[in-house]
Amino acid sequence: MDPLRQSPSPSSSRASSPRTLPCEMLGYVGIEAVLDQLKIKAMKMGFEFNIMVVGQSGLGKSTMVNTLFKSKMWKSTMPGLGVPTPQTLQLQSVTHVIEESGVKLKLTVTDTPGFGDQINNDKCWDPILGYINEQYEQYLQEEILITRQRHIPDTRVHCCVYFVPPTGHCLRPLDIEFLQRLCRTVNVVPVIARADSLTIEEREAFRHRIQENLKTHGIEVYPQKCFDEDINDKILNSKIRERIPFAVVGADREHIVNGRCVLGRKTKWGIIEVENMAHCEFPLLRDLLIRSHLQDLKDITHNVHYENYRIFRLNESHVLPRGPGWVNLAPAPASVPAPAGPQATPGPPKVGWWAKDNSDEEC
Amino acid sequence: MDKEYVGFATLPNQLHRKSVKKGFDFTLMVAGESGLGKSTLINSLFLTNLYEDRQVPEARARLTQTLTIECRGVEIEEGGIKVKLTLVDTPGFGDSVDCSDCWLPVVRFIEQQFEQYLRDESGLNRKNIQDSRVHCCLYFISPFGRGLRPLDVAFLRAVHEKVNIIPVIGKADALMPKETQALKQKIREQLQEEEINIYQFPDCDSDEDEDFKRQDAEMKESIPFAVVGSCEVVRDGGTRPVRGRCYSWGTVEVENPHHCDFLNLRRMLVQTHLQDLKEVTHDLLYEGYRARCLQSLARPGARDRASRSKLSRQSATEIPLPMLPLADTEKLIREKDEELRRMQEMLEKMQAQMQQSQAQGEQSDAL
Repeated sequence: MDPLRQSPSPSSSRASSPRTLPCEMLGYVGIEAVLDQLKIKAMKMGFEFNIMVVGQSGLGKSTMVNTLFKSKMWKSTMPGLGVPTPQTLQLQSVTHVIEESGVKLKLTVTDTPGFGDQINNDKCWDPILGYINEQYEQYLQEEILITRQRHIPDTRVHCCVYFVPPTGHCLRPLDIEFLQRLCRTVNVVPVIARADSLTIEEREAFRHRIQENLKTHGIEVYPQKCFDEDINDKILNSKIRERIPFAVVGADREHIVNGRCVLGRKTKWGIIEVENMAHCEFPLLRDLLIRSHLQDLKDITHNVHYENYRIFRLNESHVLPRGPGWVNLAPAPASVPAPAGPQATPGPPKVGWWAKDNSDEEC
Repeated sequence: MDKEYVGFATLPNQLHRKSVKKGFDFTLMVAGESGLGKSTLINSLFLTNLYEDRQVPEARARLTQTLTIECRGVEIEEGGIKVKLTLVDTPGFGDSVDCSDCWLPVVRFIEQQFEQYLRDESGLNRKNIQDSRVHCCLYFISPFGRGLRPLDVAFLRAVHEKVNIIPVIGKADALMPKETQALKQKIREQLQEEEINIYQFPDCDSDEDEDFKRQDAEMKESIPFAVVGSCEVVRDGGTRPVRGRCYSWGTVEVENPHHCDFLNLRRMLVQTHLQDLKEVTHDLLYEGYRARCLQSLARPGARDRASRSKLSRQSATEIPLPMLPLADTEKLIREKDEELRRMQEMLEKMQAQMQQSQAQGEQSDAL
């Protein structure tokens, strides 16, 4: 498990509990060196991050991933070339290890070609939900073993970036259906894709309408309001929430602008610079996903979404009573798909372990 | 010389005067997913604000929306010539999660117009036949896809034998030049593969001047048209004001042929091929519908067709078409054929006269 993982419940306060009194220190002890120790351990082990990109074909998902991580994760294709869109939704994952200043990141990107491309897109979100729950299931199975691995490989989806087509009107029924179902299972970050077809005013109006739509339909996207731990978090996250969904443009070609070499798209009327805040909001997305909230995304996935899944599964198998640990993100859906997987009740040796836990609870 | 001059060289002028008096009517249909810039383009094309009181429906309303057909009429006048333009809009197309058969209302609408015309034509009072047939359908393709989507293919296959289709790539300012070329190529290939018949531009005559031929060839090359629409006038860095879209990295000029194909589309639709679109609708598509309709009447299983047409009848006429005895319909067909033949002969004569007078005129100029 993550060495930097915080305590399980998000409602635990970091302030000292009433029973321990703060004590005055008379000299330098060296406690702060624990941070360095943590850092060294983290660098040795490396980090994992799993991101999923969802959206219709041609919205620039592969290009965006390449731009985010400044490497050719996917071969982005021009319209017309490349593989034709598949008839049914298929999920494709690719894993790369990228390194920066000694920090290793094992990055897994899951793409969803064929989403929303058919004539009848009913239930096109089922394979995606199934995949996400499968990853939770795999982790759960590893976790409930008697002899667990030291470091359970984490394939759970930490963040799902949803690409909204730049119609300029409002969210489409497909977007709403998908977001409603997914925001309860995974951290969802919606973005306005290919935003270079909207002027600044159009973007603002579109963003405003999307925010209203999200509120009307009860869709809580990342960063969720209920997980702001203290006032600093609230302020920071409120600023982000005002700008969600970000209007982004992706590019993997470089051009020379004013003597600098920038990533951008060159058209006959100008060059759109991807990292220029006046042109698009890609830097905001990159900062959110990588520079400031990467660890938070993983924490929320582990502490909230995974725990919810775990409690649901254990309730299903009637092993654990519904207790104070349940975190309710939104009204419980009637249609959360029961994941098809290994048997619900663990085998004989494992039952012993659970029974012991149960008796502890009852005491 | 005067003895040999009869005077019907003025026929073209007479025709011109009559048409100007009568005015033109043209029905244009726009179809495509919402958010591709259809309304903006129509406003830009005809420089009117046809969609002034338009309200984009909210997402909640869209969840239960089915495809509706909306007609708007506007009279435009330019240089003394009146055009009565009817716009047929298809809001709700491609919006829902399940779009199966969402093109059926559109097909029904087009056929209804043909049916109405057939009735009027076969009726007793033919003085003021209103031609509400759809003369042209502008189909908007998304610039963000990888060519035609399954929904696009399904719609085009359902209507290509019933209406002139002009495929258009909307919001083309989202694409770089290379991407535009690749997308156009892909769409052309797909149209050929799926055997969809879009409107074919007639080849220009060999005696047209080079400039016109070049323009014509350019226009044919740029199908499907990659368009950008705008009704706002922006100042492009201090130069003259142009219609365009102002971004922070530059300004797209709608009427700049290097930026998009808007000029080509406008020229084609309004300036050069308006009449041809109407003629193809009348001579090819409508006649095809009519032949199918009458053939099915001649067969014994025509009862249910009769009852269906009766139900869709809106205004009242004396005799509904299917009750006409066969002999009368035969006569009608023969009459119409005769009329067509006569008109064709007249047209050929007029063209010959025009060419002659042009040649004469050049001779006198040289002298």
